[in-house]
Amino acid sequence: MTEPDEGMTLIVKTIGRLVLNFILLFGIYIILYGHLTPGGGFPGGVIVATGFILLMLSFGRRIALKKFGDLAASLLDNLGALAFLIVAFLGFVGGYFFLNFIDRGTPFDLFSAGTLPLSNIAIGLKVSASLYGVFVALAIFGKAIVGGDRTGKGKAEGEPANSQEQKG
Amino acid sequence: MNHILPLFIAFPLGAAFLMLILAKLWRRIGGLFAFLISLCLVIFSISNIGKEPSIYRMGNWPPPWGIVLVSDGLSTLLLLTISVIAFLVIIFSLQYMDRYTAKPKYYALFMLLVGGMNGVVLTGDFFNLFVFLEIASIASYALVAFGCEHEELEASFKYLILSGVASTFILLGIAILYSLTGTLNMADVARTIGTKGVNSAVLFCTSLFIMGFGLKAALVPFHPWLPDAHPAAPAPISAMLSGVLIKALGVYALIRLIFNVFGLSSFISSVLMVLGGLSMVVAGLLAIGQDDLKRMLAYSSISQIGYVVVGLALGTPLGIVGGLFHLMNHATFKALLFLSSGAIEYSTDTRKLSLMGGLSQRMPVTTTSATVGFLSISGVPPLNGFWSKLIIVIALVQAGHYILASVAVLVSFLTILYFMKVQRNLFFGDLPAKLAKIKEVPSLMRIALVVLAIMCLAMGLLYPLLSSTVLNPARDVLLKGTAYVQTVFGL
Repeated sequence: MTEPDEGMTLIVKTIGRLVLNFILLFGIYIILYGHLTPGGGFPGGVIVATGFILLMLSFGRRIALKKFGDLAASLLDNLGALAFLIVAFLGFVGGYFFLNFIDRGTPFDLFSAGTLPLSNIAIGLKVSASLYGVFVALAIFGKAIVGGDRTGKGKAEGEPANSQEQKG
Repeated sequence: MNHILPLFIAFPLGAAFLMLILAKLWRRIGGLFAFLISLCLVIFSISNIGKEPSIYRMGNWPPPWGIVLVSDGLSTLLLLTISVIAFLVIIFSLQYMDRYTAKPKYYALFMLLVGGMNGVVLTGDFFNLFVFLEIASIASYALVAFGCEHEELEASFKYLILSGVASTFILLGIAILYSLTGTLNMADVARTIGTKGVNSAVLFCTSLFIMGFGLKAALVPFHPWLPDAHPAAPAPISAMLSGVLIKALGVYALIRLIFNVFGLSSFISSVLMVLGGLSMVVAGLLAIGQDDLKRMLAYSSISQIGYVVVGLALGTPLGIVGGLFHLMNHATFKALLFLSSGAIEYSTDTRKLSLMGGLSQRMPVTTTSATVGFLSISGVPPLNGFWSKLIIVIALVQAGHYILASVAVLVSFLTILYFMKVQRNLFFGDLPAKLAKIKEVPSLMRIALVVLAIMCLAMGLLYPLLSSTVLNPARDVLLKGTAYVQTVFGL
């Protein structure tokens, strides 16, 4: 028998495995088409994050963390924010912060709108990683407190869950 | 076009995220990075003094379509205050935070706090204001809870809930204004209100903003989060919260909207003066009974914010100068006092006044600088607190508000009273046996304390210089009121 820690029943696992790819694909679609259709970096990022959260809910913490660990999440979180800032700074090439300095192309093409898709990708990265990070933090800290193995005492435990910062 | 303006926001935000990545390679990088960035911000903000008002079009989109950053006298004053205090607080933190873990996260959150405040001060767009307000607020919730113990978590939770309510009111106000005027650019809103006239919906928005920003500024009916949140945070963060956060997020945002967007009416002015007067008296009385040093300082912050708001809401040139000067002064001496309380806690491991005494024998530097701070906040000449309180009282008398003027003087006596109590309990009397072995704090902490104490003296003595370079341009921005529209659209 599987332990309660090891995720949910076979039915959930099978369906989750099937649906996961579509969720991720849909999230990426929303991010990439952010400048053409409703959506963009934030909603797309949220959808991608829910995909990984589904992974954690159905397969348990251990497997999900093996696929997408908390360190990777916090790294991607920061990199996403930095990428967004770099796009903004590159605007100085044309003389202004946040200037859309790339050729806009023809409207409604996938490769159009200059820096907007780049910003959307950066935001998508940031939002998906940080929302997943929040979920991981809640899962780990919840376990630590309920399981009673909260070892660190006093100020030494000043490790608040990261990625509580603003989202895009 | 002033290309420094976006850097005020981009540098701290970028530093926050970069330092979290680099800290995985080298753990001590956080402090160094934060030091360098805050030094940069100090240099930027000093170079910004005396410049003509200017706007920065983000992405070269002209207002009202794009977001603009507006730099005028008032934002220059706030930027200077924020960056100088943040720089000194970082210097203090370098050694104070040694007893905490997760230092990179501390500095990253600190940078987010600074970036958010700079954003609030610079932006000329309502929704942008809200976003930066939330960045700074959320960073401050996490920083208040940084100790992760029962007291900190409870205080942070209370702060989060109340501040969340305030943010909701502010967002609601912005939404109603947007539906009224069809624009989010502050100057454009001011222009539309100017042509359409002030109707009851605008007044409703004003009341929402007074409630929301008043809660961020901890004016008296909205204050209960502050005496919990500020003592619970690590001392450098208390200094930032009491020193600048409540001013940038609360007082600045409120007066910017009321003076420059809605236009100050006599009704709003009297509402603010009542709130300010109430804050002075109630918080002053509450401060007397406190046994916890930092809690007393927190109550005293509310009381002093009352002075600032009364001075500004008076709307006369002298009152505004007094309010702005007191805002800068309070940032200085309250940062000094909170850092001193941190130094005392660092050495003695307690904040209870009743458990201390005779510290002047063991901690001469802290004693001297804290005494300067106490004298300054109580309004003893020639320190800076005396001049700003004097200006506010004279302005009140000139405008015929005799009752409020006498209240202001009376609260000043209250302030002396409770700081005399602190002075006696902390520094004089017998050293308890438990504290016989305490040592003076490390050098960097001492440097921050001494520099702040010197600033308290210098700002009092160099008032003419300060008023011609910083205070008068800021006063003119507020006096010109909705001429803010020309500043934004005329450039």
